[in-house]
Amino acid sequence: MSSFWSFYIIGITTIFLVGIVALIHFTRRMPDSEGVGETTGHQFDGIEEFNNPMPKWWLNLFWATIIFAVGYLIAMPVGNWKGLLNWSSSGQLTNDQIEHERRYGEIYQRLASVPVEDLKDNPQAMRVGQRLFEDNCALCHGQAATGGYGFPNLTDNDWLYGGAGDTIKTTVLGGRNGQMPAWGDALGAAGVRAVAEYVMQLSGQDDVNASLARQGQTLFNASCVACHGQDGTGNHALGAPNLTDNTWLYRIPGESLRDSVQYTVEHGRSGRMPAWADVLGEERVHIVAGYIYSLSQL
Amino acid sequence: MTDKIQVKDVTDDAVKTVDLYQEREKIYVRRIKGFYRNLRVYGGAALFALYFGTLWLDWNGRQAVLFDLPARQFHILGITFWPQDFMLLSWALIICAFALFLVTVLAGRVWCGYTCPQSAWTWIFMFIEEKTEGKRNARIKLDDQPMTLEKFARKAAKHLLWLAVALATALTFVGYFVPIKTLLPQLVTFQVGGWAIFWIAFFTLATYGNAGWLREQVCIYMCPYARFQAVMFDQDTLIVSYDEARGEPRGARKRGIEPSEVGLGDCIDCELCVQVCPTGIDIRDGLQYECIGCAACIDACDSVMDKMGYEPGLIRYTTENSLEGKPSRILRPRLIGYGLALAVMIGLFSWVIATRVPLDLSIERGRGELHRITSEGLVENSYQISLMNMSERDHRYRLSVDGLDDLELIAPPMVEVEAGGVAEFPVRLLINPNELQLPNNEIHFTAEAVEDPSQRVSAESRFFGPARF
Repeated sequence: MSSFWSFYIIGITTIFLVGIVALIHFTRRMPDSEGVGETTGHQFDGIEEFNNPMPKWWLNLFWATIIFAVGYLIAMPVGNWKGLLNWSSSGQLTNDQIEHERRYGEIYQRLASVPVEDLKDNPQAMRVGQRLFEDNCALCHGQAATGGYGFPNLTDNDWLYGGAGDTIKTTVLGGRNGQMPAWGDALGAAGVRAVAEYVMQLSGQDDVNASLARQGQTLFNASCVACHGQDGTGNHALGAPNLTDNTWLYRIPGESLRDSVQYTVEHGRSGRMPAWADVLGEERVHIVAGYIYSLSQL
Repeated sequence: MTDKIQVKDVTDDAVKTVDLYQEREKIYVRRIKGFYRNLRVYGGAALFALYFGTLWLDWNGRQAVLFDLPARQFHILGITFWPQDFMLLSWALIICAFALFLVTVLAGRVWCGYTCPQSAWTWIFMFIEEKTEGKRNARIKLDDQPMTLEKFARKAAKHLLWLAVALATALTFVGYFVPIKTLLPQLVTFQVGGWAIFWIAFFTLATYGNAGWLREQVCIYMCPYARFQAVMFDQDTLIVSYDEARGEPRGARKRGIEPSEVGLGDCIDCELCVQVCPTGIDIRDGLQYECIGCAACIDACDSVMDKMGYEPGLIRYTTENSLEGKPSRILRPRLIGYGLALAVMIGLFSWVIATRVPLDLSIERGRGELHRITSEGLVENSYQISLMNMSERDHRYRLSVDGLDDLELIAPPMVEVEAGGVAEFPVRLLINPNELQLPNNEIHFTAEAVEDPSQRVSAESRFFGPARF
């Protein structure tokens, strides 16, 4: 804060306090009314307000609040003045964080030595993991971890990168970058349609044009097997999806599956799972991974 | 144009000014014996026994009445109230308020005069004052004389005793929030937390200040009930009143003289009724808002009337209608209305408490898509379940769902929740789309304790499917 604003705030606060004191001083005395029974002239439904003096302790309470305010302004920060108590909101946060670590750190440490896949038998780890998941992961993957368009479902035990506990932990720690290249230029419009038809056939759809799918198979074997494998079952090392099941990461509800697959082949896809190592730290990620693993084991 | 405008001298010398704020005039209350005082003493003793004694009762190995703020649980005898039960607390307070209204309509400010803590503690403090400084006249004298060793000793004794009573009060009060049986040993060994110390000090000073120094100022200036109770009075409300027709004209006279012969009423103007009044008013001026209906003046006046050989009741509980010689009704629409409302609320409240299941099930639909189609082609909805075990022991609960045929619930088979614990977990529901007649269906989740089928609650939710056109 520049010194002008600091003085501005301190000045206004001081003027205000002095003003209150002056107000009390100049309104202390009033012309002597002719004894009791004089009214202020306020009337409501025939009920009049008497102009009787207020009790002294009332005024003393007011003084007490003014004295408190002066003490508060000296003790607490105002403008650039740091306050005698040296309190600040960021300092308060730091203290709370230190206190939090002190209280919960040893729980995380104790759980860090448990293998990810065994955490599912530890109720405490599951509670903590669920909380962490809801706070950090549920935004994309959904509260029940059922995923959505472009966000993998974590409950179906169908994994892009593999579902072992440590693999999940690696995914969460470092994030993932799922790249499906665009094949529109290479294959041409007819090629895209043929490949998409073959993919439909692979996944066991029942309205497949067989001759078109045969054309597609040739193209598939030339261009796609490097990632998706000879049989189309995908590759965990690359995160290439299994095309022989009926799990679709990029299927828009209400759109025909064929259109979705064609779009994917033509334009490619780019999926990004962020890295959480710096946000949550390894100990928490360990527990979240345990929770996610437990979801696939239900 | 010859008329002069009226002038007013407003120079400083000409205008007398007064301070806008008024010192409290100390009221020296004379102690009086009598029927209503006994009522107050014995009733008050019972209330004090309740306040100081309840604390030491135990129930199921814990304090019987404990407001456990950190755990957010209120234990009252066998029932534990949770934040979810806040409505019950509200209704309990509303019932108390209506009971107060009913009593006010019937008998004016008797709550203030007999049972209000402010009054009850004030009477106790007055009793201490009397024991240390002497009777009313002695106290006035003592205050007027310069400081002597004796005066100092009496005053010190008074304040020390006041503080002792205030401390006992504060300890008891804090004991309702922190278990007293751990608090007291901790206090003796100086192991008590800073906040407990703070609150004990705060309530000690508040009690000392209120009952020792502020007294009637609380009733006159601060108490909200005193502000609005006037609207509940009507012509048939019992109020403490002076019978002007019988008492006036007042005046001193010898005993044994028939008042009518000397042209006087029954009031002998002894001022006793003024001296015993804890708010320092003269009841003979009629009903005033300071009057707390304590009937000290009735006791005082009756004792005087007795000495004079007159009928008692020159000052008595009566109604405006009776004073004017009109018939006075107890049962009137206002009273019947309050009574009915109170009866209905107490009945409903008791029923709710009696049938309360100490289990809370709340369902939150999963955020995001209303429904998903799984890879098997089933319709899936997800929900966040929150199960709260509000009972005193651990339970295992089973979750079930109904409302649609062939609805498959994917959830833990059994959920263990410790006493006073909460379990939150996501569940999923699956159904074949052919079973869905509508895109939006009402379903019910039910949680039931495995060991105790009577602990069973249901909650409504919705199941969404694809829209049909």
